[in-house]
Amino acid sequence: MELSKEQCREIIARRIAKEFSEGDVITLGIGLPTEVANYIPHDIHVIFQSENGMLGVGHRDLAAPENPKVTNAGGLPVTTKPGAVFFDTAMSFTIIRGGHVDATVLGALQVDQHGNLANWMIPGAFVPGMGGAMDLVVGAKKVIIAMEHTNKGKPRIVKNCTIPLTAEAEVDMIVTERCVLERTEQGLLLKEINPMFSLDDILRSTDADLIIPQELQQLAG
Amino acid sequence: MKKLISVSEAGKLITPNASVMIGGFLRCGSPYRVIEEIIKNKTGGLTLIANDTSFEEYDRGKLIANKLVKKAIVTHIGTNPETGRQLNAGEIEVELVPMGTLVERIRCGGAGLGGFLTPTGKGTLVEEGKQVIESNGRKYLLEKPLRADFAIIYATKADKFGNAFLDGTTRNFNTVMATAADTVILEPEEISDTPLDPAQITIPGIFVDYIVMQEK
Repeated sequence: MELSKEQCREIIARRIAKEFSEGDVITLGIGLPTEVANYIPHDIHVIFQSENGMLGVGHRDLAAPENPKVTNAGGLPVTTKPGAVFFDTAMSFTIIRGGHVDATVLGALQVDQHGNLANWMIPGAFVPGMGGAMDLVVGAKKVIIAMEHTNKGKPRIVKNCTIPLTAEAEVDMIVTERCVLERTEQGLLLKEINPMFSLDDILRSTDADLIIPQELQQLAG
Repeated sequence: MKKLISVSEAGKLITPNASVMIGGFLRCGSPYRVIEEIIKNKTGGLTLIANDTSFEEYDRGKLIANKLVKKAIVTHIGTNPETGRQLNAGEIEVELVPMGTLVERIRCGGAGLGGFLTPTGKGTLVEEGKQVIESNGRKYLLEKPLRADFAIIYATKADKFGNAFLDGTTRNFNTVMATAADTVILEPEEISDTPLDPAQITIPGIFVDYIVMQEK
């Protein structure tokens, strides 16, 4: 079963959007994690935090006049929602590191069965910098990884990360186009599986020990 | 009253090989007028302390493009390809610091603190060379304070006391940097002849040494 990149991203973003509750404070990473905002049900009001200094980030309104003094972490002008707040970077990371963010969604290069995350550096390649990612992963109450299951067929979910870590044992949940994994005290639990894939597909494309429950739930979409 | 100076006078204050904190998150809340003067004066060998190296053609990113920076202490260089090119060519030194750690190091530098304990970076390359301290059963990295010779700070509006208001998300690193340099230069977009409302001030003027006048 071959899914296009766009189909993969939509499946992942739709599934993660179901994880949030009314009033949650959420920080989304750049790229695929940002797309999660498009699928949050309209009756659930969440508060988006932006590391550059804002709570209550609204949608980008391409029709509205842009205010260069109100931007997101990508430097793009954004709108504010009712209740929005601006603050400086010190306050932003008091919120992030201090456990006031309910959930963060980030991409990954590798995640291992101990909850270790590698998403900032490939040795030998250009390293743009960790920005606020290391603080976010350590500080957020729930760390959700949004990524395609493999890197061109090469497993990204591994026994032990082989590239430099972003944080140790902080990942709580991994959502890919194939399955949902949850980190438990016993190890990585295969929680849901996309019916487009077999259990064998998952096991062959994963290089970590997984706990397989008696009955597999279908990936919620 | 603070010393009001021209942008050209402000540029001349910055000395070669100085450490300079510059506010801004990418282009938002980034001073740029004093930077143009530094470029005109070719003041080089600088240590730049900032959130990021911005873009090649804008604000502090131009300091990199003009090869005036010998070391950058930043969280991100991805938006300025010239920083990466100089890094590969061995022409610049880059110290990458997690954002929460960088801002807190600067806060400590301005707040009279000897450092702080953070869980950020534990078990990663950031831990290298740092003391690990256990407190309440959790392991933390000891991070040291950071100060600079100069800080160049953006403000949306300032009064002649140096009190400054920063709108929207322009606050970012500007507020903490204003506390942590020997000489603080404020670059407001607008200077008010009357004092600003005390309840609406983002940066107290006592931190500010010089206010850069508006263009004629």
